[in-house]
Amino acid sequence: MLKLQSINKIFNEATADEKVALDQINLELKEGDFVTVIGSNGAGKSTMMNMISGALTPDFGNILIDGKDVSKLAEYKRSQFIGRVFQDPMAGTAPSMTIEENLALAYSRNKKRGLKIGVDKKRREFFVQSLEMLHLNLENRLNAKVGLLSGGERQALSLLMATFTNPSILLLDEHTAALDPSRAELITNLTKRLVEKDKLTTLMVTHNMQQALDLGNRLIMMDKGQIILEVNEDEKKSLTIEKLMDEFQRIRGEKLTSDRTLLSV
Amino acid sequence: MFSAIFGSVEQGIIYAIMALGVYLTFRVLDFPDLTVDGSFVTGAGTAATMIVLGYHPALATLVAILAGFLAGCITGLLHTKGKINPLLSGILMMIALYSINLRIMGLTVDNSIGRPNIPLLNSETLFSQFYGWWGSLGIDEAINNFLKSIGVQFVPATWGTIVIVFILVLIIKLIVDWFLKTEVGLAIRATGDNKKMIRSFSANTDTLVIIGLGISNGLVALSGALIAQYAKFADIGMGIGMIVIGLASVIIGEAIFGTKTIVRTTLAVIAGAIIYRIVLALALRVELLDTGDMKLITAVIVICALILPQYFDKRREKRRKAKRHAERSISNVNVIKREGNDLA
Repeated sequence: MLKLQSINKIFNEATADEKVALDQINLELKEGDFVTVIGSNGAGKSTMMNMISGALTPDFGNILIDGKDVSKLAEYKRSQFIGRVFQDPMAGTAPSMTIEENLALAYSRNKKRGLKIGVDKKRREFFVQSLEMLHLNLENRLNAKVGLLSGGERQALSLLMATFTNPSILLLDEHTAALDPSRAELITNLTKRLVEKDKLTTLMVTHNMQQALDLGNRLIMMDKGQIILEVNEDEKKSLTIEKLMDEFQRIRGEKLTSDRTLLSV
Repeated sequence: MFSAIFGSVEQGIIYAIMALGVYLTFRVLDFPDLTVDGSFVTGAGTAATMIVLGYHPALATLVAILAGFLAGCITGLLHTKGKINPLLSGILMMIALYSINLRIMGLTVDNSIGRPNIPLLNSETLFSQFYGWWGSLGIDEAINNFLKSIGVQFVPATWGTIVIVFILVLIIKLIVDWFLKTEVGLAIRATGDNKKMIRSFSANTDTLVIIGLGISNGLVALSGALIAQYAKFADIGMGIGMIVIGLASVIIGEAIFGTKTIVRTTLAVIAGAIIYRIVLALALRVELLDTGDMKLITAVIVICALILPQYFDKRREKRRKAKRHAERSISNVNVIKREGNDLA
């Protein structure tokens, strides 16, 4: 489904600020895989996500989706088959447009946009049906501007918009990090439900170790631009936070030091 | 007095088409496009040139729209592909168009490289053709006789102009409203709202910006073409300050009529353009002021339209809060505060 082949990325090359963001990354996701990605700040998690989505281009290496090399494909073209939810709840929706218009924008993702009316009767019905799954009563506020929604509501809407056209890949970049704990839990549960419903191939970055353990069938840990640990389906079931920390220490020979990671245990 | 206001309503409606174009870039695309000063003249010049060369005024107007569309697209290309800052792309296109417009108008004279002015006094225009048909209907006489019978003294030469421009602007408003609800229109609005988001839904924001600028300047050029035919001349300097007039219309309209929906906002922009013309006409009747002061008056109108709404909003908010506070303090009279001892 998704294949990363020896991806390299260096920022500010040949300057004092040179930083190896990704170092020989190899990763393969099979259809229906839900992989959670953890790692301290600067480990390269977000860079990897941006590589896949096309916001950044790798210095070397190839990215394959459904067996097709997309490394050279522009971001907007790639997004036909990649659904994305960002960390910032403001980023995934158009605030001055209504809920139904936002859904119409997402609905056209894998179609050619033409001079057809964006929200017709048939689509509106479909939007209402989809919104009902969120249990946030948004289906009764179709004409409300999205800028008026709370962060949690906007993130739930973003998640729905990213998934309801069945993308080949779903990328979640710390999409619960900016929310308060109860909202974050709501979005986490929603993520689980929406991903399971359509068996979406998903890559989720998180700072929350518990979330990384609760969700998905595989887990990878990144550090300094490398994937330092891959946990497969069977191992993941018996994995605990302590085991993960020990593992990190064993590999790197140092204690996992990211206050954010520790705090969100 | 009456004829001055009547004339400014007619003009205001034609300029409203330009204001709709400005609305598309400034508000919908969030792109401060200064091409307008040039593309307005491009529209006027192209139409005048073709009319003088003997083409049908309708065809001349269509080609004018196309020329404006093209100019807008080039501004879009400069910004998206050339990565030039939006303001600068517009300014560059604007000054480039100055020379291009001279060249276009120069096509009317043999061996002439450029021409700054084309009179259309004796040429057929969309308006003169329409008047022929309109006059045969006898509506003017009917209305004017009726008005005179009820004692209205000032009647315009013809009601035809206001009727035709009103119908035209209404059609354009409906097209704009419809377009902004289509899939492409929605994507253009999202481009102005949140580029990152719409890119993640497989929309090519570059193309959308180019299309948006093209349509906007097409409307501006149409407005220019109509003004040239209405005023019976095209002049190289007629576009100076056009962007400010467009902006004034958008801001005045939005401040008075609100922006709740697209349908309402486009209506507000049209009304804003008309109001602007009326205010200008009234201001020019003050004896101290001269036509040369027009730009200064425009600046003052825009400044007022920008500042006054803030002031009124603040006052309304204050009054609302005061009222609410008064209500609450009355309803709170019966609440007895429990103190520590009561709880124990």
